[in-house]
Amino acid sequence: MAPLRHLLSIEDLGGAAGIEEVLRLTDSFVEVSERAIPRVPALRGKTVASLFYEDSTRTRLSFEAAAKRLSADTMSFSVSSSSVKKGESLRDTALTIEAMGVDAIVVRHSSSGAPQRVASWVGASVVNAGDGWHEHPTQALLDLYTIRQRLGGLDGRHIAVVGDVKHSRVARSDVLAFTALGATVTLVAPGTLLPPDLTGWPVETSHDLDAVLPNVDVVYLLRMQRERMTEALVPSLREYTARFGLTVRRAGRLADGAIVMHPGPMNRGVEIAPEVADLPASTIVDQVRNGVAVRMAVLYLLLGAGTDRVPTTDALALDPEEPLRRPAEVDA
Amino acid sequence: MRETSLVIKGGRVIDATGARPADVVIDGGRIAAVGPDLSADRVLDAGGCVVAPGLVDLHAHLRQPGLEEAETVETGSRAAALGGFTAVVAMPNTTPAVDSAAVVREVQELGRTALCQVAPAGTITVGRAGTQLAPLAEMAELGVRLFTDDGRGVQDTRLMRRAMEYTTGLPQQVVLAQHCEDEGLAAGGHMHEGEWSSRLGIAGQPAEAEELMVMRDISLARLTGARIHLQHLSTGGSVAMVRAARADRVAVTAEVTPHHLTLTAERCASYDPVFKVNPPLRTDADVAALRAGLADGTVDAIATDHAPHTAEAKEQPFDQAPPGMLGLETALVLALECSGLPLEAVLAHLSWQPAAIAGLAPEHGGPVAEGGAAHLCVIDPEAGWVVDPGASASRSRNSPFAGRPVTGKVRHTVLAGEPVVVDGEAQR
Repeated sequence: MAPLRHLLSIEDLGGAAGIEEVLRLTDSFVEVSERAIPRVPALRGKTVASLFYEDSTRTRLSFEAAAKRLSADTMSFSVSSSSVKKGESLRDTALTIEAMGVDAIVVRHSSSGAPQRVASWVGASVVNAGDGWHEHPTQALLDLYTIRQRLGGLDGRHIAVVGDVKHSRVARSDVLAFTALGATVTLVAPGTLLPPDLTGWPVETSHDLDAVLPNVDVVYLLRMQRERMTEALVPSLREYTARFGLTVRRAGRLADGAIVMHPGPMNRGVEIAPEVADLPASTIVDQVRNGVAVRMAVLYLLLGAGTDRVPTTDALALDPEEPLRRPAEVDA
Repeated sequence: MRETSLVIKGGRVIDATGARPADVVIDGGRIAAVGPDLSADRVLDAGGCVVAPGLVDLHAHLRQPGLEEAETVETGSRAAALGGFTAVVAMPNTTPAVDSAAVVREVQELGRTALCQVAPAGTITVGRAGTQLAPLAEMAELGVRLFTDDGRGVQDTRLMRRAMEYTTGLPQQVVLAQHCEDEGLAAGGHMHEGEWSSRLGIAGQPAEAEELMVMRDISLARLTGARIHLQHLSTGGSVAMVRAARADRVAVTAEVTPHHLTLTAERCASYDPVFKVNPPLRTDADVAALRAGLADGTVDAIATDHAPHTAEAKEQPFDQAPPGMLGLETALVLALECSGLPLEAVLAHLSWQPAAIAGLAPEHGGPVAEGGAAHLCVIDPEAGWVVDPGASASRSRNSPFAGRPVTGKVRHTVLAGEPVVVDGEAQR
């Protein structure tokens, strides 16, 4: 894989080999996360800024935890507390943050393409933490990692992505990631919630969840936003649930060993029945846990890898220049 | 002070009557003589160049009054002159809108010192709100010949019918020009709906949002007998409907822009709002259909839709930035490169045909002949250059063609006998 400058799209990883490299690195960081003091000095002296134009507690916390476990300094800008509400352009905000001396900017924005624009203006690395309806690459990576953990691999697996694909950045990244590693993807949604033109998407589509369920290894449920009703995309949440919700009855149609995924936050009782969310087949908690390690891997690839991209055990264990520091100092 | 006479020497004259080598002598703002080996007080060299009637733009946003930080009549007219235009129809979506005699007079007054003739368009409805007819007759008395709510189409079908019926009764020959967009269907769309909008996660507007209004207005023109002009057509379906309507003798004319003849939705993949425009960049098939429409005469005019925006406005994310692109300085060369038409036909679409639609003929676009108005441009068809928005005379920089090598350049522009552009340099 060519050196990674930004992670804006799953496509930036250059296909299966690059994705596999992130997953291998994630293995190392999962191990780190399981230590009593889950912190390594890999990014000491680096600064990671988060620039969030959209509320997102879990993604922001996950990135901050990842940066801190790599010993990076963190800064945080949010729309409600900064000058972006005062009419500053995206470019001016990006340049202002860069001027404070940051190595990476983690961008979340309600507009598709905002991280791409930031990347075109700054020298720092940019990580897309979700842009509009476009992509959410670290979510797809943690989804991949979780599937691999549960099912052993993606190749030959059949994954149903169910719900509001049209407005979902998670779906766009997942389709790219899942298919890159050899899975078959079926999008299941009413016509109103599918993208208007699927030219170039390596997917099947279906409007019949019941018919698809027995044949899949993974059912991936997307969050159903309440405002979709006011846009005449579905008549009511009740009707949506009746046709596309993973009810207890429907979950009974899943094959043995099939898993249920959701990017969160869940609407229990809408796209997923409360009982189903808590089944052993559900991976929702695993996804969140793996999120931190995946984001450590991404930040390490962008900022810490240098020429030797795969970290040695030493590099993860201790800072080579201060090999005798005690854990208490490392954690300070 | 007596004006000095001027000779444009050594060029090949092309106008609606044909092509021939000739010198052109200008005196007192009119063409005094056309023929071989003429002389005058001052010489403008046109060796190897084409001498043509000045270009006429049916569709420019000069932004004044109201958005002077993006463009003024002065800066926009300078860009126009550098692009070979001697007249532009200034769109009325200013602040305030050109929906009254007072604002018409204001723009006309600003145009008096401009580097091209500025013909203000008036709105069809008050404030472009689409609910009440603007004082069309009053504005027509002041010389307005083209009415449009451009930026918005008139959504109310009954109101549009009334506008058509009302204008057919005016003493002046005027035209209603429509920005064809069904706002209900297009709502929230920032680019063409299709493969690229789906992939990029940007809300799209389908081709049908334009085509529904093209269909409606053709029906209304047939019903009322009014003369209508359809602005910046961007889809193959629109061209097909205009072609059928003209075969059916409906009084409809149409324009296309250079950017819709050259660029497609794929360019939005950079998420750079410099490629955001309304109507949006479409598909290769649409580009081909627009070019075919030009070639077979279905489309009458190439119009710029010159739409300056400040850097700050375009430094927002794609869905927050305003739509629009610069066009005046690059229209001719892009038309030469991309229309598939010979120079003579390109000039027809950029000069005499739009002049007729705008009610500016024969002063603009008229034959280069003794007694004619001296609104002329001199084009070097072989000169190569690279588009550089930083060097634009516009106050704005939002050209989607930055860095593009092009061939063909406006060398001189003469407005009412005054050389306002000489050797590619604006003279004031």
